Amino acid sequence: MEGNNSSSKNKNSIVQFLNKIGIGSFISALMAIILGLVFGYLIMLFAIPSSANDGFGYILFGGIERIGDVFYFATPIIMTGLSVGFAMKMGLFNIGASGQYTMGMFFALYVGFMWDLPDGIHWIVAVFAGLVGGMIWGLIPGIFKAFLNVNEVITSIMFNYIGMYLVDMLIQSSGAMYDPIRTRTNYLPGSALIPPLGISGSNVNFGILIAGLIGIILYIVLQKTTFGYELKATGHNKFASEYAGMKGKTNIVLTMGIAGALSGLGGALSILAPSAIAGSSMTYEPINIISQAGFNGIAVALLGNSHPIGTIFSAIFISHIQRGGTLASLVGYKPEIIDVVVAVIIYFSSFSMIMSSYLGKFIKRLVIHSNKDDKDDKDDKEKNNLEEA
Amino acid sequence: MDTVYYLIQNMLPIAIPLLLVALGGMFSEVGGIINLALEGIMLFGAFFGALFVYFIQDSGMNPQTILLLGMVVAAVAGIIYSLLLSFASITMRADQTIAGTALNMLIPAVVLLFSKMFFGSDGVTTNVSFYIRKIPVLGDIPILGELFFQKTYLTVVIGLVFMIISVIIFYKTRFGLRLRACGEHPHAADSVGISVTKMRYLGTSISGFLGGIGGFFYSVGVMDGNVNGHTGVAGFGFLALAVMIFGQWRPGKVFFAALFFAFLRTLAYSVELIPFLNNLGIDRTYYKMLPYIATMVVLAFTSKNSKAPKAEGIPYDKSLR
Repeated sequence: MEGNNSSSKNKNSIVQFLNKIGIGSFISALMAIILGLVFGYLIMLFAIPSSANDGFGYILFGGIERIGDVFYFATPIIMTGLSVGFAMKMGLFNIGASGQYTMGMFFALYVGFMWDLPDGIHWIVAVFAGLVGGMIWGLIPGIFKAFLNVNEVITSIMFNYIGMYLVDMLIQSSGAMYDPIRTRTNYLPGSALIPPLGISGSNVNFGILIAGLIGIILYIVLQKTTFGYELKATGHNKFASEYAGMKGKTNIVLTMGIAGALSGLGGALSILAPSAIAGSSMTYEPINIISQAGFNGIAVALLGNSHPIGTIFSAIFISHIQRGGTLASLVGYKPEIIDVVVAVIIYFSSFSMIMSSYLGKFIKRLVIHSNKDDKDDKDDKEKNNLEEA
Repeated sequence: MDTVYYLIQNMLPIAIPLLLVALGGMFSEVGGIINLALEGIMLFGAFFGALFVYFIQDSGMNPQTILLLGMVVAAVAGIIYSLLLSFASITMRADQTIAGTALNMLIPAVVLLFSKMFFGSDGVTTNVSFYIRKIPVLGDIPILGELFFQKTYLTVVIGLVFMIISVIIFYKTRFGLRLRACGEHPHAADSVGISVTKMRYLGTSISGFLGGIGGFFYSVGVMDGNVNGHTGVAGFGFLALAVMIFGQWRPGKVFFAALFFAFLRTLAYSVELIPFLNNLGIDRTYYKMLPYIATMVVLAFTSKNSKAPKAEGIPYDKSLR
């Protein structure tokens, strides 16, 4: 009987251990991903039945051959994902990542075109400018939320539009930045480009390292600093944290500022990246459409459970299936299929925690069922105890 | 005077979708569910409405009959799409903002995917003209007739009818009162035998109904009956949310808020026609930003004592009673 007890204790401690390292959220993310992929497969089967298997194969494994591109396109969505996730830790929903991203991109472009700085410094200054631009655009919803009690979701959405119109106007009215014939921005001078990592057949650059480093820094800030602790405490219970003397309003403004800076950095890292054409940068086309990168950031953050390290991996995963989706056009599918899959993944991940807790209960019941003998023993013991008493 | 006529005639087809969608959002939120998916619901309704028009346009039917039938299709589509939100946020107790965001992301991609596969374009293009030069009888009323019933769309009249019905449902029926109870204090509502789940499902379904119709009316009144997956409904779903908050979750105020925003937007797109504004020489983009900036200014002044339903956004948990 002693042996049985200790074994069930072990089982409990294993469950506790798994919970501690966040395995529950990992499993629920995995469930959402699988459901999303199955949905995507069904659509492919419905659209072109004969090549569904090939197309799905591309989506699952196509990205592996183009791993450099996967990292290249993961960089901006790591940053917007970190931005959304960081605000989410405080219970703020930063749907304004798109506007902050666009703003950061504009600031980086401005420094890239207008400031004449030496090689090796120019791109660093441009990246910092992007950070500042995003931070300004993030501080605004923070201030509205903290001091005027306006919901950050609605402010963020409004400033997505204001930022998009503003940036498009400023770019179009600048002769140095805008090429009216191609209706895009010009190529940036070489000194403003982020140096490539030198992997052949890909433009992957220092941006991915910067993004990864920032993810780790955020992890440390959240886990090891007072500010991180206050942030999470406010996210858990606003009233209790205020009662405990934490400065709620300052923290809201600060959090949104940092979240904005992260998105802005994403915009800078994406526009300053070298493109496939040798010696040229990425370009931006001002066509009055809100950037998709911010919304993909929401997907990335949700999938990564707002955990900085989890966010990095989920961004790489999303980028991976996006590359695969581009390849699936070889067998006749449109790349939009990936946007559908990602949206379905988010839909399911919005309640996958509940699904996985149901699943957990179900598994627990199975385990209890198979260990019924243990339980009977226990019951006997309890009965004995009662009788003795 | 011609400018005033022009502005009002152009404002109404824009105000009506905003009004209907904002009313939809209101019905959902007073029941306790934040409906961030309005943008997606609008596009879903607009897409199916336009698809219906596309398939029926060669049958030689009266354009206004087609519009009414398309409206029904859009309404059904909107309800079906809103059920996805209801299922996630009521039955599965999901985070309502996240579920809504997912639904908003899904639809543009689906529209693009479908249109590229079957039409080889970015959306659905129809060639039915729903435009009305003059509504018989009503259009002959002096001044008012010219303002409201000439050079317009049938959507304006239908929209006003829905507005009146909404006011009656909201204030004068048992259902309206019960729905509001579920958004303010669901446990109290439950304790007197009202099914919170059922009420909330009904609330979001009404928002799906009005959202779908609003989306179709947007495509009729603003996009000439077309739907495009890239531009979607141009943030009207989000703007409608702002209109709803500006309107403090009450139908009458929502009505005036919708007119206000539609007026600003019409002004932004017709600067050239107004000599005074045109002579100022301000970049037109500033006028395009105006509705959004005005939203922020208004919200900044009104949000301190917001009348938001107290239980909105919180999944109902019976065991917490």
